[in-house]
Amino acid sequence: MTNSSTKLPSADAVAAANAAAADAILLARLRAGDAAAFEDLVRANSPRMLAVTRRILDSEDDAKDAVQEAFLSAFRSLPQFEGGSLLSTWLHRIAVNAALMKLRTRRRKPERSIETLLPEYLADGHHAEDFHDWNLPADRAMIGAEQRAIVRKCIGELPDNYRTVLVLRDIEELDTEETAARLGMTPNAVKIRLHRARQALRTLLDPHFRSVRS
Amino acid sequence: MTCREFADFMMDYIAGQLPVDSRALFERHLARCPKCPKYFEQYKATVAAGKTAFECPDDEVPADVPEDLIQAILAVKPR
Repeated sequence: MTNSSTKLPSADAVAAANAAAADAILLARLRAGDAAAFEDLVRANSPRMLAVTRRILDSEDDAKDAVQEAFLSAFRSLPQFEGGSLLSTWLHRIAVNAALMKLRTRRRKPERSIETLLPEYLADGHHAEDFHDWNLPADRAMIGAEQRAIVRKCIGELPDNYRTVLVLRDIEELDTEETAARLGMTPNAVKIRLHRARQALRTLLDPHFRSVRS
Repeated sequence: MTCREFADFMMDYIAGQLPVDSRALFERHLARCPKCPKYFEQYKATVAAGKTAFECPDDEVPADVPEDLIQAILAVKPR
């Protein structure tokens, strides 16, 4: 008979345990050189890795190259992988690093200036423009697929060096110090760039989310 | 405090990192300025929308990764 005071594991805990068990089996197959295991790993993880490299790189070719380079790096590091995280989490981190490396090494192209996307002030330091009401729901859970697509498009319009900081801090949720280390910047420079990126994104979102009444 | 100074403090205010004296000035400006409350709301909505934009995995994950990319990756797998 089951003791009524015994706490059953939550659905999340069961799912996590199942994922860890599946990972352990896949890892053993990979280490044994099972070709089908490599194919399983690549087919299961490459879509999400391509999604993350696209966030950081605005060129589709660069995003694909970064995924390929991430897997090459992962294959090399596989003997040292200790299973401290899920394989998918480990691969996600490697994909972010590969995309950042690509961003640093690729040829610089002329970028849209951020200045035109920042607020304008009068000589006395007060706002020069009026702001309109937005129809973007305050409750994040109420933001629909179409609105999310607009936000992603606008993030894609930010200049590279601002988009990267915004993606790492607000979306990948790295802290300021880790973002600074990854980008070779000071923590203070990261804070300034993030703040400007958020303000520029607000400007880009404004025409899409203005309330009809305002 | 000017609107420009207010805007410079918004990020630290949201993060709870604004010193007490600056926080008081920030909140006083927020209560009196005709423009900054809306700007501040939109700034916060922008941060939330940015986080939400990538929260739903099905939105952006490609249904199919190009087969040539899969094959190029598998070509460099350890033998």
